[in-house]
Amino acid sequence: MTPNPPCSSGACNGGGGNGNGGMNRRSFLRTSGVLASGIAALAASLAPLRDLTDYTSAAEFMQKHYKELSKDDMDKVLDRITREVEKQYAIRPHVKDYKPMDGVEFVYCLNLTRCIGCRKCVHACVAENNQSRDPEIQYIRVLKMPHGSFDMEKGDHNYSTPTVPEKGFFYMPVQCQQCKNPPCVKVCPVEATWQETDGITVIDYDWCIGCRYCEAACPYFARRFNWTKPSIPKDSINPEMSYLGNRPRKQGVMEKCHFCIQRTRAGKYPACLEVCPAGARKFGNILDPNSEVSYILRTKKVFVQLKEELGTSPRFFYYFDV
Amino acid sequence: MINATKNYFHFLWRCGRIAFVGDWRYYAWMGILSVIILLGINAYAKQFVHGLMVTGMSDQVSWGVYIANFTFIVGVAAAAAMLVIPVYIYDNKELHDLVIFGELLAVAAILMCLAFVTVDLGRPDRFWHLIPGIGKFNFPGSMLSWDVIVLNGYLLLNVHICGYLLYCRYQGRTPSKWFYIPFVFLAIGWAISIHTVTAFLYVGLGGRPFWNASIVGPRFLASAFTAGPAIIILALQVIRHVTDYRISDKALLTLRSIVQVSMLINVFLLFNEVFKEFYTRTSHVAASNYLYFGLHGFHALVPWIWTAILFNIVAMFILVLPMSKSLKYLNVACVLAIVGIWIEKGMGLVIPGFIPSPLGEMVEYTPSLNETLVCLGIWAFGLLAYTLFLRMSIPILQGRIAKSNEGASDDHLFAAGQKSDQTTASPHVTTTHI
Ligand code: SF4
Ligand code: SF4
Repeated sequence: MTPNPPCSSGACNGGGGNGNGGMNRRSFLRTSGVLASGIAALAASLAPLRDLTDYTSAAEFMQKHYKELSKDDMDKVLDRITREVEKQYAIRPHVKDYKPMDGVEFVYCLNLTRCIGCRKCVHACVAENNQSRDPEIQYIRVLKMPHGSFDMEKGDHNYSTPTVPEKGFFYMPVQCQQCKNPPCVKVCPVEATWQETDGITVIDYDWCIGCRYCEAACPYFARRFNWTKPSIPKDSINPEMSYLGNRPRKQGVMEKCHFCIQRTRAGKYPACLEVCPAGARKFGNILDPNSEVSYILRTKKVFVQLKEELGTSPRFFYYFDV
Repeated sequence: MINATKNYFHFLWRCGRIAFVGDWRYYAWMGILSVIILLGINAYAKQFVHGLMVTGMSDQVSWGVYIANFTFIVGVAAAAAMLVIPVYIYDNKELHDLVIFGELLAVAAILMCLAFVTVDLGRPDRFWHLIPGIGKFNFPGSMLSWDVIVLNGYLLLNVHICGYLLYCRYQGRTPSKWFYIPFVFLAIGWAISIHTVTAFLYVGLGGRPFWNASIVGPRFLASAFTAGPAIIILALQVIRHVTDYRISDKALLTLRSIVQVSMLINVFLLFNEVFKEFYTRTSHVAASNYLYFGLHGFHALVPWIWTAILFNIVAMFILVLPMSKSLKYLNVACVLAIVGIWIEKGMGLVIPGFIPSPLGEMVEYTPSLNETLVCLGIWAFGLLAYTLFLRMSIPILQGRIAKSNEGASDDHLFAAGQKSDQTTASPHVTTTHI
């Protein structure tokens, strides 16, 4: 750590002004040498970028927020998505932008007495909604819970018994609860996720920046992130697609259950309901007094909204046959 | 006007030039940092291509070391205010000259914060969605949008204050109070706000009982005002060691009293939190249980948090006892406090918020190698930035680079990065009136 006088070598004459020429040439050579090797090292460190396959096209980069797209803009976007899907999966999809219907507010009711924990809904959802298969993204989590407790910490997420149901347990599927006061919407810094008039909270996959704040905010572990590029076998693609729903997602964006927008806004039931062999799932319009869900919520003495104390006010109701 | 611009660019040019000049220790230090930065860039390039898959994060633990470091460093940035408050509110002369070093640290720290947030994004190519006016900014709803505003605002404020004062010094004129005093006071309030807003980022999540506690905000501030000045104490000693810029022991001891009080408050608040969780033992204690004792056979964080607590308590005792009037012990206390708080405010705060998951699932988190390299790269980048800022500002503060010696060669500065008795150096200025 001894002081190192720069002029000891005689290359500069006392640090005054007269040794300037030599000094400048030397420092010029040194600076350019440092710069050149710096640039080379930087280029080398960036080498992994050569593996980049999925470039963001200019159109996608410039694309506006969903709510600011005009009809024309939307047509172009749907067209772009169609072409992209066709290129990647060799199938011609029907991509539409389904709008919410007037006078409709969807709710889900789930009968815990009936659910047998077969996880058919989990897999039907993956197939319907074009989730990544590797790694597999699932929107529905089925908890195996010991009789008598509603403490989810006692639930088993990874049960794999050869037959269900098992004695002494009940099964509780959890998916996006389509909250009336959704914390995920509140926290999103770029409004990439919002609640539609029919109660469905949706995500604009082309607007999400992947900060995962909403994933931290959701009290129901409903949101899923694309940690890497999703992969779906070509023959497993569901070609009936919607912009806010099941069109294939990209790496780095959030997704979650959207009540099968492409089905329910076209008057069909969600895939999870249709496949349920126990008839545990009921879905419909709560604004219609004659709907099944209206009837259930009117007549059942007890139904449960998960974590009611958080004030999220889920549109997902658990009930029992008692 | 044209002349002024020209002058200004000449000033920048001279600052830029000096950054490439120093003795072998300077080159070695900058060389090592550059290598680490390149390793970090390389790791980030991999993440950019393959996605956040290359980190240790998952849907259950969806934030990791990036956000943990971010949280810690916001505190460091906020701590610059702890140098400014005594000077401008209590008129403490000892720290007067050192304010600028604190503010430069804040600038470097905010740059690191922005880097940490950026590497955490799944879609960094869409960053423009966050720019108010062009993108779609969920303000005032989202605490993250507040954070974007306060962090960038703080960056601008500090850049303005440092830049203005240094340029005035360079030109040899007295800074006009109107041009910086209001900003100094604004920056003090702003410093508190950056850390409060960052705390609210967590506090605002009702589904995460570990974070949804009103004590989190005060604890953030207390720990920031401990770790930040502790870092400044160490940094000032390094500056004093490798340059001939004079910093009195008295200034360091003034900072000691700040660290002392903050540390006491910090440990007291920690005790409050622990009491509430473990005495009442509601179902919300699960995350704290996981953190301090392990839960259902998972205990990755337990050794870390107890190390942090031990460090904090030892540091507190050293700081309170008169022995820390000796710099040797003060430095030990500072290092312990910094490491302790880095663990506790980083991983110790972020990770338990996710474990157990909202549905009671136990999934642990360990940072991957790639993620660690990115973090190291950003730390190295922060240190490099701070070194550069000091490299440029110290000769200006000392009057070695000034408008008056504009025509002259800066060759004498080739030695300015070290202790030397150069005769060519301008007369040493000990009191700098900033
Ligand atoms: S369950 Fe989660 S994802 Fe669904 S609306 Fe509520 S907070 Fe949002
Ligand atoms: S991950 Fe996407 S949807 Fe979620 S908060 Fe961030 S930007 Fe919004």
